[in-house]
Amino acid sequence: MAVDHSQVSPYSVKRSPRTETLHASWHRRRFVGALAASAALPAAAQFRVEITGIGGTQIPVAIATFRDETRAPVPVAEVVRADLQRSGLFRIVDVPAGLDESSRINIAEWRGRGADALAVGSVMRLADGRFDVRFKLWDLVKGEELLGQSHVALPADLRLVAHRIADSIYQNLTGERGVFATRIAYVTKAGSRFQLHVTDADGEGGQIALASPDPIISPAWSPNGRELAYVSFESQKAVVWVQDVQSGQRRMLANFRGSNSAPAWSPDGRDLALTLSRDAVAQIYLMSRDGGAPRRLTQSQAIDTEPAFTPDGRQIYFVSDRGGGPQIYRMPVAGGNAERVSFSGSYNISPAISPDGRTLAYITRQGGAFKVMVQELAGGAPVAITDTNDDESPSFAPNSRLLVYTSRTAGRDVLMTSTLDGRIKSRLLTTGADMREPAWGPFGR
Amino acid sequence: MNLSHRTLGTAALTLSLLLAGCSSTKLDEAPVENRDLSGGGAAAGAGAAGGAGSGTAQSGVTTVDLSKSGSGGAATGLLAQRVVYFDFDSFVVKDEFRPMLEAHAKVLSANRSKRMALEGHTDERGGREYNLALGQKRAEAVLRTLVLLGVQDGQLEAVSFGEERLAVQGSDEAAHAKNRRVELRDK
Repeated sequence: MAVDHSQVSPYSVKRSPRTETLHASWHRRRFVGALAASAALPAAAQFRVEITGIGGTQIPVAIATFRDETRAPVPVAEVVRADLQRSGLFRIVDVPAGLDESSRINIAEWRGRGADALAVGSVMRLADGRFDVRFKLWDLVKGEELLGQSHVALPADLRLVAHRIADSIYQNLTGERGVFATRIAYVTKAGSRFQLHVTDADGEGGQIALASPDPIISPAWSPNGRELAYVSFESQKAVVWVQDVQSGQRRMLANFRGSNSAPAWSPDGRDLALTLSRDAVAQIYLMSRDGGAPRRLTQSQAIDTEPAFTPDGRQIYFVSDRGGGPQIYRMPVAGGNAERVSFSGSYNISPAISPDGRTLAYITRQGGAFKVMVQELAGGAPVAITDTNDDESPSFAPNSRLLVYTSRTAGRDVLMTSTLDGRIKSRLLTTGADMREPAWGPFGR
Repeated sequence: MNLSHRTLGTAALTLSLLLAGCSSTKLDEAPVENRDLSGGGAAAGAGAAGGAGSGTAQSGVTTVDLSKSGSGGAATGLLAQRVVYFDFDSFVVKDEFRPMLEAHAKVLSANRSKRMALEGHTDERGGREYNLALGQKRAEAVLRTLVLLGVQDGQLEAVSFGEERLAVQGSDEAAHAKNRRVELRDK
């Protein structure tokens, strides 16, 4: 396996024989050993992403500009390059112009360029207006083709095609599933105007799912990625809605007396846990996705809120101030006692469980600062992964490798992504609006 | 608001578009995956009717704009004072707000068809959902006070905006103190 050692790594990473697919655990070890924040990588100007820290070892890849991509509405290879670069796991090597998927690749010549892999392709407009995007990935170390794909898509889906190609390259070279083709929902506030946005995971391709003069909080993706549950204050109180993202069709899910908030989908998509104040102070209930009578899950005199299911659907993590200040607890969905999970600090909120079930992320207050904490559930101390002071709302990427969260820089709320060790961060930028309440969507768009 | 059950006929169409066929074709010798995002599960490429504008792009998001419909609930000034302020981390209705609440209670007791929303708010510090629950607790405290003063429970609804609708911008204690409040609104 050829690994670029141009940057210093504190761990000695041995070159191992190249195997068909790079083994995931090996990759993770190498990744953990990566050196933090050694250089700022200038992201391509048209991609509004900033890298603030980079791993020490990166796979060098060459992504040729796809033939005729300048005639398409999306610069496909450019999107692929930016995706791979932003992950921090790849270094982009320059490619001469004029290559496509049918080009003969001179492996001997390419070895001298220092790339482990080469992607080439083309974008062809079909007679019916759709585009056929073809690409090939070459393993330059073994001198063979790794894969070839043809994607036929509407113009509006070309960006999605580019992200899927990036995911294919990522998976082939790292052995793990990429999240470039996934989506992130978040809320912006500009003046007194609130908008629920859905963007690609790179912050591009943004579209508005809901625009409102009243606040919107707590968006949550259904497990199939088709619907968003959220809290809207449009009727001058907190009501939980469910909206089909593609059609815009929406329905009121919970509008009981008092406040209705904090929706969380069960992993099978059949139920939602949510917080209602209809019987007492805020308590957690379970409701069918189709509505009906809610079943009360917590029975305390204190505030219980922010439910989050474990991936097996059996347990719910939540926040309760039954012990005084807010702390994180967990309880079986089927019923039974809650046990406290967070012990350090007097204010711990907003729990998120990684889709692989291994990691808990939450927000802790330290003095006057609020920080993203990450804790291995199998045991281990909570670790702060940011050096910012106003972090909110952590949400895991579906591959459990990244988190998106809100932070505050220069008086503005921004969305950040970070690896779980905090070493590689990127910032998703917008123009002129505060960004908040991010929710990373599932695989499988 | 009756925005909820408006249906658009496109929903059924769009469901079938997700993750359409994965049939294999040859692209030189390399293994080829054919992923068609555009057809309704039918054959890719040739013969698809219409141009680029037809079909539903899978990346599509439809905007729902609530500002085009009116939002309700502006209070009519019955009594001048309509805000109860709270100390930090407190849910206690202070004595200084008692005369004001008694005046409102008198009006509500005299007219049982009159209804009022009690909107709890917090300052901007902390999590949005936890603050929503804290604001709710403040609103419930004012509700209990009014019920003790003779108002019927059914005339009142305690709700919360958490930190979402600050009365005053700013992160000093003076601003925080003005934001920790319950507002009385006629319904």
